[in-house]
Amino acid sequence: MSCANSLSVDGGGEFTFRSRVKKRLDNRPELFTLFLIVALSVFVGSVNRDFLQVSTFFDLARSSTVIGLFALGVFVILAAGGIDLSFTAIAALSMYSVTKLVVSYFPEAPMLLVFLAAASGGALLGLINGLLVHGLKAPSMIVTIGTQYLFRGFLLSFVGTVWVLSLPDKMEAFGKIALFSFVSKQGTHAMLPAFVLILVFASLLTWWILNRTLIGKAIFAIGGSLPIAERLGYNVRAVHIFIFTYTGALAGIAGMIHVCSNRLANPFDLVGSEIDVIAAVVLGGARITGGTGTVPGTLLGVVLVVLINNVLIMAGVPSTWQRVIVGAFILLAGALFLLRRKR
Amino acid sequence: MKPKTDPQLAFLISINVLILLCAAILSRGAFIDSYNLQSMAAQVPELGLLAIGVMLAMSSGNGGIDLSGTALANLSGVASALLVSAFLSADADPWAFTVAFVAVAMLVGLLGGVLNGLLIAHLGLTPILCTLGTQMLFTGVAVVLSGGVSVRVGSAGPLMEIANGLVCGVPISFVIFCVISLLIGMTLKFSPFGIQLFLMGTNAKAARYSGFALSRILIRTYGMCGVLAGVVAVLIASRNVNVKWDYGQSYLLIAILITVMAGVKTEGGYGRMICIFLSATALQLLSSMFNFLDASNFIRDFAWGMLLLIFLATMRYDLKSLFIRTTSIPTSSVQRPPASTNHS
Repeated sequence: MSCANSLSVDGGGEFTFRSRVKKRLDNRPELFTLFLIVALSVFVGSVNRDFLQVSTFFDLARSSTVIGLFALGVFVILAAGGIDLSFTAIAALSMYSVTKLVVSYFPEAPMLLVFLAAASGGALLGLINGLLVHGLKAPSMIVTIGTQYLFRGFLLSFVGTVWVLSLPDKMEAFGKIALFSFVSKQGTHAMLPAFVLILVFASLLTWWILNRTLIGKAIFAIGGSLPIAERLGYNVRAVHIFIFTYTGALAGIAGMIHVCSNRLANPFDLVGSEIDVIAAVVLGGARITGGTGTVPGTLLGVVLVVLINNVLIMAGVPSTWQRVIVGAFILLAGALFLLRRKR
Repeated sequence: MKPKTDPQLAFLISINVLILLCAAILSRGAFIDSYNLQSMAAQVPELGLLAIGVMLAMSSGNGGIDLSGTALANLSGVASALLVSAFLSADADPWAFTVAFVAVAMLVGLLGGVLNGLLIAHLGLTPILCTLGTQMLFTGVAVVLSGGVSVRVGSAGPLMEIANGLVCGVPISFVIFCVISLLIGMTLKFSPFGIQLFLMGTNAKAARYSGFALSRILIRTYGMCGVLAGVVAVLIASRNVNVKWDYGQSYLLIAILITVMAGVKTEGGYGRMICIFLSATALQLLSSMFNFLDASNFIRDFAWGMLLLIFLATMRYDLKSLFIRTTSIPTSSVQRPPASTNHS
């Protein structure tokens, strides 16, 4: 929205390299994320040659799928000016309950049905979030901290605490379907799992919703300024319900992929990783106060966080440093994106 | 205090009494024997102090919140334990060790809090984003310093005494908590800083035009949160002998729950210390009652989440109407525009 303005105001002056870089960054904050990714890859690649392999790329793609699905959902909520901390609890509750149901009652269930169940379970919990956030008129962060404990407490006290180790054959097989696979020179088996396609599809869908539909316009309008959007006649209730339900559904699907990929359902998994996801979305250029951000930026943020968490160790950086680096990047990115607006 | 009764206060007092009565009846008197009361009083301070930090940050308005309190407390504990153990021996010189430990922990807390304040006041980061980042940063530094394992704090007598000792039958940590709440409560109510903090939380724009030094208030507020985290670090170290980077995972939720239950306005500008105090004790009573009933931790998490939502609901639907019949019915269904909309 602001890009058109800044172009016409600043245009016509001297086009030094610096100002051009600055302008590009103004319009596309995710370029900074891309720069960090490239810098990190060059660094790791120069220290450790093993990084520059197709199998590393496959591993990154595999690790990005679950966090990517989470991030898309969080991004949609962030774009509307809210924040969600309960999506990991939603994913855990949905994946564990559905897995348990499938194992005990319908082991022959087709994968499509399993995913539909996980998504609708997640959507239902998301709907509760949406209704509460809208109805209580409280900051969504505080409401979703509450629902996080509610959902997780419900899962662990009433659904179960035991790992489900033997999954039905179809779920087991689904995690192993390969898009590409080959045996590398060292003899290790590398494969790109097919569930990566779900992330691709979800990204396209999210992009389409945000950029090509009326509800997408409403999401960004509400994120920009709630009172103004309300006076313009946007239906705030519908948007709140939509974003939280959508995020819940994505979280349910992500949880199910997590189960199929790890070949076990552990109810203690996932919760605790939400801060990484929010970090990814913020690093992708979405402002935490809402109204901005893009789907490609979010995906770049995901890649950056996954890189930090999985690859830095290849360059000899101890894994204990991961949090420090992600935390520092959040503050750095936040400060940088702010400075560009202040000029 | 004005003669008019505060419904929130009345509510909190009655809920404290109610839980105490219920628990006493359910446990056939075992709940209110002096040993149990002492152990409960010794557990309140950690959470209560963190909740005061959250309240201070919330009072500053503009989405103010401190998510980094627990992380900072853990960092202070780890850093202080490592640093002080390197120079002093807990067995040889227990008093010097204790004094040094407390001083370093509070200093690290202060530095962390001031860092938050500087980032928010001078760089203009949103408090949520800033404290989310520093939460990771503090936890990360604690992990790096300790290598991811728990750090043993030397068992110096005076240090252990802080969490385990009694003064006239009252745990020392509880006395510390009371003194700190009283001090901060007085500061908020009577000092220019406190008054300006609440006014800024009510309307940042008006405060700016009235010539308040907003950045200084913010830095002081978050600095105070940091010092409180440092005190919590001392209590944790004293009670558990060990400090670790991931201690108190659910403290953040409980601290926020305490503040919400105390009627602190999430949008800033209002909060009473006495309510925080009573709210903290009420939660502790409830938590101990769950212990007596042999409820699992997970049930407790479930109950905390539920309570938080219930209290948000009661704030929305105005608690006053339950206690006092007011003549004017609140009709603000349209959201007030936020105080500061200076986005550019």
